[in-house]
Amino acid sequence: MNNMWQWLTKYASPMRFYLLVNKLTPWFGWSAVILFLAGLYGAFFYAPPDYQQGESFRIIYVHVPSAWMSMFVYMVMATAGALGLIWKTKVSDAIARSCAPLGASFAFLALATGSLWGKPMWGAWWVWDARLTSELILLFLYLGFIALQSAIDDRRSAARAGAVLALVGVVNIPIIHYSVEWWSTLHQGPTVSKLDTPSIHIDMLIPLLIMITAFMCYFAAMLLIRARCEIIDQEKNSQWVGELVLGMDAQNE
Amino acid sequence: MIITTGFDAFKSILVRDIILGLRNQSDFVNPLIFFIIVITMFPLSIGPEQETLRQLAPAIVWVAAVLASSLSLDGLFRTDFEDGSLEQILLSPHSSMLLISAKILSHWILSGLPLILLVILSGSLLYLPITGVKTLLITLLLGTPVLSLVGAIAGALTMGLRNSGMLQALLTLPLLLPLLIFSVSAVNNALKGLLVSGEFYFLGAILVLALTLAPLAVLSALKIRLG
Repeated sequence: MNNMWQWLTKYASPMRFYLLVNKLTPWFGWSAVILFLAGLYGAFFYAPPDYQQGESFRIIYVHVPSAWMSMFVYMVMATAGALGLIWKTKVSDAIARSCAPLGASFAFLALATGSLWGKPMWGAWWVWDARLTSELILLFLYLGFIALQSAIDDRRSAARAGAVLALVGVVNIPIIHYSVEWWSTLHQGPTVSKLDTPSIHIDMLIPLLIMITAFMCYFAAMLLIRARCEIIDQEKNSQWVGELVLGMDAQNE
Repeated sequence: MIITTGFDAFKSILVRDIILGLRNQSDFVNPLIFFIIVITMFPLSIGPEQETLRQLAPAIVWVAAVLASSLSLDGLFRTDFEDGSLEQILLSPHSSMLLISAKILSHWILSGLPLILLVILSGSLLYLPITGVKTLLITLLLGTPVLSLVGAIAGALTMGLRNSGMLQALLTLPLLLPLLIFSVSAVNNALKGLLVSGEFYFLGAILVLALTLAPLAVLSALKIRLG
């Protein structure tokens, strides 16, 4: 416990975090590339066509991971925000701030792919299906978070205000999710949602799991790159950033 | 008045805010006029058929109520923030949470309560039968405090910012969607003669959750914005 605490406080320092990020980013980045290639190959060539939906089911290899990521990223954002509120660590502020655009993109990707899949399956670009609707509301929550962050000039204050908003959102997400599910069952019969059936064929499941890992690695790499920029911007007046810039200049000459 | 207990302080802030609200008549009346105008827009755009309007009535009333309340919330903390009395409230020896709750309660009394009274009028504008109006009243009674409570969080977060009104609505509206779902479906079920206690329980639960957690969030948001 004590060791873990020391480890955590060590990387709460922006400079150490920066150095750690520099080491970790290529690992996550390259794993993402390799896993994406493997997952996409599996998705297009290895997985058999669905007996009902034919080839168009293959969009789940992008749709499902991005939908999962959009929720996961919100949790990361809220956790980082809470850590920032409690321990006032600058690194967690940078992480929370970097999460929002990524999460919003995942939510948008999930909606766009869901809509593309919906056209041949449901015959409409948009159906007020419970899951699509809660995904849309999640996108609104992300956009609200981004709007609030960009409206507050002071970085510290923006981070803390964003953290409060993210935590309010976390309390609300389950309520929104279940109310929307309930609303949808009241208004229309059960929709044809193949993703609900847990019995997915193993040949279809393996590429999906690879794709999910690829999305995770991609998110980690992008998050670290964004957080690194945030930290440099946040700490631009500190000594270690000054030394870093001087060191880079010296290398270039 | 000598303020000794937390309850006295609560009462004095409540009375002060209500008096201030009633004196600034436009602040208090404008959201209500807005509410009626939004409701009027629907028959004009959909058409005056009684059947259609009756079906849409609960949705129209609730959307208008949510919009009107989020407009009126912009001023909840702004004047107190600008003249410095908000800082004094937070510095007082009494529980800040209690005093903040008094401010939110005063907002509800000035915006939520008159809205509920206006619903009787708007119900007849939209041909809502009396059973529907009754259910609508109960949903608004349970729901409008949530509008004030959740809106106050966003109001506190956006306090003192440019375009705070728009931003505040952007932050609040997604959080209020469950309220809208349960309230409208309660009225629709009541019109069909179905049992609506389930929806009422949900609305009550949301109200209790907002009552317990929202003042906490408002307080921390205010402290952040005040630095």
